[in-house]
Amino acid sequence: MHEYPITLSIVRITEEELEKSKAKKVLEIKLVVGELTGLVPECIQSYFDIISKGTTVEGAILKIEKKSVNIKCNDCGFESLMKLSKNNCLSCGSSNLKLSGGKEYYIESMEVE
Amino acid sequence: MKIKVVRQILEWNENCHDELHKNFDDKKVLVINVMGSPGGGKTTFITRIIEVLRNEYKLGVIEGDLAGKIDAEKIAKMGIPVVQLNTEGACHIEAMSIKNIIPNFDLEDLDILIIENIGNLVCPAEFDIGEDLKIAMLSVPEGDDKVEKYPLMFSKADALIISKYDMKEYFDFDEERVINNTKAINKEATFFKVNSSNGEGIAEFLIWIRKYIKK
Repeated sequence: MHEYPITLSIVRITEEELEKSKAKKVLEIKLVVGELTGLVPECIQSYFDIISKGTTVEGAILKIEKKSVNIKCNDCGFESLMKLSKNNCLSCGSSNLKLSGGKEYYIESMEVE
Repeated sequence: MKIKVVRQILEWNENCHDELHKNFDDKKVLVINVMGSPGGGKTTFITRIIEVLRNEYKLGVIEGDLAGKIDAEKIAKMGIPVVQLNTEGACHIEAMSIKNIIPNFDLEDLDILIIENIGNLVCPAEFDIGEDLKIAMLSVPEGDDKVEKYPLMFSKADALIISKYDMKEYFDFDEERVINNTKAINKEATFFKVNSSNGEGIAEFLIWIRKYIKK
């Protein structure tokens, strides 16, 4: 629902990074986004095409890697998908668990030329 | 050629959150971000806790809404400093909006700042706004499946308040489902069952919140 400020930030950050790299053009931008966040990939590309018009990053394709919601056991270190483990570790049965993935929300890399 | 970036998409908001949080900490102001659906009972709950805490502490409130001043007027009638933040359609409050509003308060003369976020289970959860504590509110009539449908807010909450608890006998509401699903994504959350209209459960919440007051 708040794709506009999000996309504006993606444009701003990638413009800065492009300038630092001394390359001329951004072909692809890779985002890593956890499934717990509300980002809608289809919307982001449409917004990006409009907001990036006339900027140095115009024409870039956004690739979005979705990260699943994972649970990690604090006792034995075993990690699994949250929907599989529920309240106990699948390996040792411990209930001492923590969320280990699903909240990611960052720009990982860019393909430039 | 591939270049590594690794920068948070929300970095503009996170930087502002860090700055605000440090400022509130320096001034020893406890900041509480109250989130939940429209009609979930956020304002009534806030007025309930104000009634008790005002006897011992100096309070301030920021009321977030898309439009209008209805909630701010309720708080102002209690004689508590309040600022209405109208987002004019935006679905959440950002740290920068709080930063712009803070000059309306005398932080030296404030112990607790309560921010009532926009009524929305989705977007406010993405944005830190300088707060110490995030409080998620889920009312019984909304249904027991909301943690599964909108997990982000519940995964970040320091406390989950099940409000309108007196309605439980009229709705098919499985409280264990809510608590277990929250625990699965948030080991630290503390749970409260509250009926703000008669004050039931408020005392337990107040015991918990007092531990965080900085003055």
